[in-house]
Parts: sequence; C-alpha cells; structure tokens
Amino acid sequence: MDNLAPGTSVRVRAMRPPGHVRTPGYLRGRIGIVERALGPFPNPEQLAYGHAAARLPLYRVRFRMGDLWPSTETPDDTLDAEIYAHWLEPL
Amino acid sequence: MPHDHHDHLSPSGHPYRPDQDTGLTDWQVMEIAIRELMIEKEIVTAAEVQNQIDAMDARSPAQGAALVARAWTDPAFRDRLLTDGSAACAEMGFDVGPMRLIAVENTDSIHNVVVCTLCSCYPRNLLGLPPDWYKSRAYRSRTVREPRRVLSEFGLDLPADVTVRVHDSTADMRYIVVPARPEGTSGMDEAALAALVTRDSMIGVGIAKAG
Repeated sequence: MDNLAPGTSVRVRAMRPPGHVRTPGYLRGRIGIVERALGPFPNPEQLAYGHAAARLPLYRVRFRMGDLWPSTETPDDTLDAEIYAHWLEPL
Repeated sequence: MPHDHHDHLSPSGHPYRPDQDTGLTDWQVMEIAIRELMIEKEIVTAAEVQNQIDAMDARSPAQGAALVARAWTDPAFRDRLLTDGSAACAEMGFDVGPMRLIAVENTDSIHNVVVCTLCSCYPRNLLGLPPDWYKSRAYRSRTVREPRRVLSEFGLDLPADVTVRVHDSTADMRYIVVPARPEGTSGMDEAALAALVTRDSMIGVGIAKAG
C-alpha cells in the first residue's frame, strides 16, 4: 500500500477499531479511485495518544456519489477524502 | 411594532436569550486548570494567551481572497496554486505554518464544496475562523449525502451538467475553493477583484459575483 498510483481502484477497509481514527464510517467498505498521493504523514491513531507515530502514505481517494448513496439523484457527482494507506486495499 | 411587550423580545426589541447560568463542562474546567497552572509555572503569561486569542480572532478571509484574485489575474500563479497550494501561499508572503493547502478550481463543468465531517478542519490562516454552520452536524452530515440540496439552501442551484465535487477534509490537508471569475470584470485590478471573493465562495457554498 506504499505506492498506489493515481487511478488505482481501492477499497476502504471495513474495520471498526476502537479509539481515534480519521476514516469516516460512511466510507468504510466503499470502493474509490486514488486521485493523488499526498506523501507520508504521522498516523493520527498513534499521534492522538501521544505515542511515537509511524509515518504512513496518505492518499486522496475519489468516490462516486452513486457508489456511496445508491438512492442519490446525481450518481456522477463525487466525494474526495484523505485516507491513510493502512485503510486501503488495492483491487 | 418593535417596542410592544412580547414574550420573546427584550424591552429594547431584541430577541430574549437566557443567561448562561449552567455550570462549566468538564472540558471547560480542564482548560481553566491547565491554563492557570501554565501561568503559575511561568510557562506562558496571561498576556500571551490573550494575544494569541486576539490574533486568532483578527484573522479574516482577506488572505484567501487575495490568493484567488492573484490566480484570476496571473495564469502561471493559478497553475502553481493548483499544483501546490502551500508553496503559492508562501510566494504571496502568507505565513501558513505547517498547513498543507489544496486549492480546487470551479469551472463551467465542475463545482467544488468543502466540508469536514469528522470535526471542523478549515484553512483558518486564509479564511479566518469557520462560521458556526460549518461546524454544525447538519452541514457536516448533509453535505456529503445531498450536497446539491445543501447548496440550494445557500441559494446556489447548479445545473445538472455541472459535476459537484465534495471534499471531505478528513486528515492533513486543508482546502480552498477558487471560485470562477465573474463575467464583466476584465478591467478590474487585483485589489478590486479580491473584494468580490467572499468567504462562502471559497468554501464552495457560494460564488463570486460582480458588484
């Protein structure tokens, strides 16, 4: 997951870990496309508790509204969010 | 008749608001305790705390508007802004600290809008303090679910052939929307153009309008 090129299809892992995470619930399990790689950033799941934080690749992932909300009237509108590498699995 | 007696109006005609006579929350108590301890141990002074609050309150959307006006008038700067927002801010002489900025541009076919579903991430250096509605649960939850309806409530009805791109500011990036330059502004200089760039147009819930 360290080198996902723009355009790569990814699924957000449907994990439910306890504590501070910055992957919104509504995106877990959803499929999107890497829009761009942002570089390494300290893992907020460790940072939030004052632990030494590993630096993880962060990606902007673009989702189709139709894939997030099947009943939407505008399925081709998009939603972009920043997701850390350990939450993504390439498809 | 503003001075009529009414249950919901004060004698001066303003809506009645109850005094905040409830106790402090745990978080407020903790903030006061830590602040007092830090002052007592001479780590900070009360004046420094107040100066920082003043500096935060003094921020306005002026720097964001200046950035947009420069992008409208200088195509090479616009390209640099869209490639690396933080570097473009530095080039303008704006101190954005460690903020990583992504600028997204509205065009004839794309409209961008920014939200932070998890909290209230916002480019405060460029836009000042976020408005209360930006932090509300309604804006945060509805903008990712039904953005066009939310925009419509802000008075912005977008045609079907415009794609809406919502940006959920979930992690380390902060976002600014570069609104489309209004028609009929070709003779205006950068300062006059900056005056057309509203806070809401840089969040994406509004557009820039000529006059």
